[in-house]
Amino acid sequence: MTQWRRGALKHLGALALGVTGALAGCGRRDDPSGPLHFWAMGREAEVVAELLPAFYARHPGVRVRVQQLPWTAAHEKLLTAYAGNSLPDLCQLGNTWLPEFTALDALEPLDVRVAASAIQRDDYFAGILDTNVMPTAQGARLFGLPWYVDTRLLFYRADLLRAAGFARAPQSWAEWMDAMHAIKRRGSGNGNGNGNGDTFGALLPLNEAHPLFALALQQGPVLADDDTRGAFSKPAFRRALDFYAGIFHEGLAPAMTDTQISNVWDEFARGMFTFYVSGPWNIGEFRRKLPASMQGSWATAPLPGPDGPGVSTAGGSSLVLFKSSQRKEAAWQLIAYLSEAGTMQRFHALTGDLPPRRSAWRAPALANDVASQAFAQQLERVRPAPKIPEWERIFQEMQQTAQRVVQRTQGAEAATVQLDAWVDALLEKRRWLRERAAVTR
Amino acid sequence: MNGIATKRIAVVGWALAAPALVVIAVFFAVPVAAGLALSLTDFDLYALADLSTLRFIGLQNYARLLQTPLFWQALGNTFYFVVVGVPVSIGLSLAAALLLNARVAKWQPFFRTALFAPVVTTVVAVAVIWRYLLHTRYGLINQGFAAVGIDPIDWLGDPHWAMPAIILFSAWKNFGYNMIILLAALQAVPRELYESARVDGAGPYRQFVDLTFPMLTPTLVMVGIMTISGYFQLFAEPYVMTQGGPLRSTVSVLYFMYEEGFRWWNLGNASAVAFLLFVVIFAVSWVLLRFDRDPSGATA
Repeated sequence: MTQWRRGALKHLGALALGVTGALAGCGRRDDPSGPLHFWAMGREAEVVAELLPAFYARHPGVRVRVQQLPWTAAHEKLLTAYAGNSLPDLCQLGNTWLPEFTALDALEPLDVRVAASAIQRDDYFAGILDTNVMPTAQGARLFGLPWYVDTRLLFYRADLLRAAGFARAPQSWAEWMDAMHAIKRRGSGNGNGNGNGDTFGALLPLNEAHPLFALALQQGPVLADDDTRGAFSKPAFRRALDFYAGIFHEGLAPAMTDTQISNVWDEFARGMFTFYVSGPWNIGEFRRKLPASMQGSWATAPLPGPDGPGVSTAGGSSLVLFKSSQRKEAAWQLIAYLSEAGTMQRFHALTGDLPPRRSAWRAPALANDVASQAFAQQLERVRPAPKIPEWERIFQEMQQTAQRVVQRTQGAEAATVQLDAWVDALLEKRRWLRERAAVTR
Repeated sequence: MNGIATKRIAVVGWALAAPALVVIAVFFAVPVAAGLALSLTDFDLYALADLSTLRFIGLQNYARLLQTPLFWQALGNTFYFVVVGVPVSIGLSLAAALLLNARVAKWQPFFRTALFAPVVTTVVAVAVIWRYLLHTRYGLINQGFAAVGIDPIDWLGDPHWAMPAIILFSAWKNFGYNMIILLAALQAVPRELYESARVDGAGPYRQFVDLTFPMLTPTLVMVGIMTISGYFQLFAEPYVMTQGGPLRSTVSVLYFMYEEGFRWWNLGNASAVAFLLFVVIFAVSWVLLRFDRDPSGATA
C-alpha cells in the first residue's frame, strides 16, 4: 500500500516537475553559439563587466552576458532555475550554498580542469578552498574556485584601547575580556566625552550570527555524528555561548540589533564601543564614513581565541560551473581568467573584495595596507562551516537561541538543549539518507 | 424519443462546457490535488535532486507546523493585519465613497480616478516609494511629525511599528477598489428614500445609520469577505518592505510559506501551510456569510 502510494506520488511529483520543466524550456540557454550566461550578485555583478575586455582580447570567440541578481533573491532564483532546468553556465555562489547545489548534483567537479591549468591549489588560503571541497560517493571533489573571501575579525579604536592601558590588541579571550572591562570602567569614570554616558567594550549586533559562530568554531564542531545531529548543548559550544552571553551580561556590549543602532560608524567615532567584530567590506566603509580626524585611530586585528589568536569563519563567494552547461570549456576559461592573481588584484581595486590567493596579496595595495594585513593573518586561520544544505537555517536558529540567552528569556542549558532537539528534527532526513545508503551498499 | 432528446441535449451541454471544464481541471483541480498530495510528503531539497528519497509521511507536516512557534507567530501577525487592516481599509473606502457621493462634491470624476490610482499601480514600485516616505531620518512622514513636535518613529526598523506601517501602506493601496464598489452601491439607493427620511425629520446622522448603512449591508459583507480573504494572503508588502523583519514581526502566513517553500525548499511543509491558511480563510468567510444571511444580526 505504502509502496503504491509512494509510486503514485513519485509520478505526480514527476508530472509537476515535468510541467515546470517544459514551461521553463522556452528560456533554455543551450545555444552553443550564444553568449555565456554568468549570474552574479550585488556589487560584484556591477563591476565584473570592467574585467571582461581583457578576457575578450584573449578569447575573441566568446561573449559573456552578466545577469545581476540581488542578494536577497539570488538563492530562491537559483533553486527555481534548477527546478526549471534554466541554470546559467556559470555563477557566483556564496560558499555556504555549495553544499546545497552539490546535494542537487548541479555542479561540475573542477579537479581535473584545475590540475590541467596554471592555477595552484595550494596558493589559496587552505580554509577558504576547503569550503569548496565536498564529499561525494567517489571521494572529495572540488566544486568551485573561491572568488573573494570574507572572514570576521576585530575592528577597534586603538586610541581608546591605549588610553585604557593596553598597548596592543587582545589575543586571547581573557585579554579581550580584561580590555573591555577596563574600557567600561574608564568610560563610566569620566564619561569619556561621549555625551550619553554609556560606554561599551564591544558592539556585537544581536541579529548577526557570525561573531558567535566564529567563537564556536574556535572551540570545536557544532554538529555531531557525521553532521546529522546538533552538538550545541555539548561543552564546546557552551563555552563559546557562555563567553558570548557573558559579554552582554556583564554590560560590556549593548543588547541591540543593528537596526537599533542608527549609525554604527557615528557611534564608533563617538567612542560608544571600542571593539566591533566585522568583515572586509568595513575597511572601505570605515575609510569613507569615519571623519578624517579619526582615520589614525582605528585598526584591525585577528580574532582573539580561547588561548591566543583564534580561528574565524571562512566566508566569501566562489565561481562555479553548472553541470547543465553546454559550453563548459568556454565557461571554465572565464573562471580561470577571473581566478588569475592579476585579475583578482584588479577586482580588489574595483570592489575592495579581498582575494583568496596568497599571490594576489603581493599587490602593493594589499601588501602595504595595514588594515588588510590583519585579514591576511586571519585568513591563514579560518575554518569552514558544516557542509550540509541545512546549515544556513541552523545558523539562523543558533543566533535566535543566543538572542534569548542574551536577553535572559531562557537559560543557556535549556536553550541549547532545545536547539539540539530542533536541529535533530531538521536533520532527520540526513540520518535516513545515511541509513538508506548503508543498506544499499 | 423524449429520452433520446434529453440525452442529446445533455451531450451537447457537456460538449459546450468541456473547454471550460478542461481549463478548470488542468489549472485548478490538478494543481490543488497535487498540492494536497505534496503536503502529505516530505518533498525537500533531497527529493528535488532524487525523487526516490521522497517519503509519504501522512499528516506529520501538519502536526509539526502546529508545534512551530514561528508558524503561530506568523498566524498572529496575519490576524493582526486582518483585524486592524480590514476595518481601516473598508472605513477609508466608505468614507471616500460617501464624500464622492455627496451632492456638494465637485470634480467627482477627477477625485474618483485619483483615489483609485493606487489600486492600479504596481505594489513593488509604490512599496519602494513608501520606504522613502517611511524612512526614519529623511522620510516625509517623520518630517511631518517633527514639524508638530512628535519624535521620529523607526517605522520599518521597530518591531512595534513595522506592522502598523504595513497596514497603513496596504490600506492606502487598496481602499480605492472597495470605494468604487461602495460608490456604485450608494448610487443605487433610491433618492426617494432620502426624501421621505427628510420628511420624517431624519438628520444626516439618522439618514446614514437607518437608511444608508442598511442599504449598503449586502455590499459591505461582500466587500468584507473579499478584503478579508485578500488580506489573509498578505505577502508582497512585507516581502518588498521588510523581508519579514524586524524580529519576525511582519512574517505573514504566506511569507512563512514562501520561506519554507522557496528559501528552504521544503515544498511538503509549504503546501501544508497553504492548506492550513485555506482552512482559516474558509472558516472566517463561512462565519461572515452566516452573518449575512441573518439580517437581524447584521443590523443589530
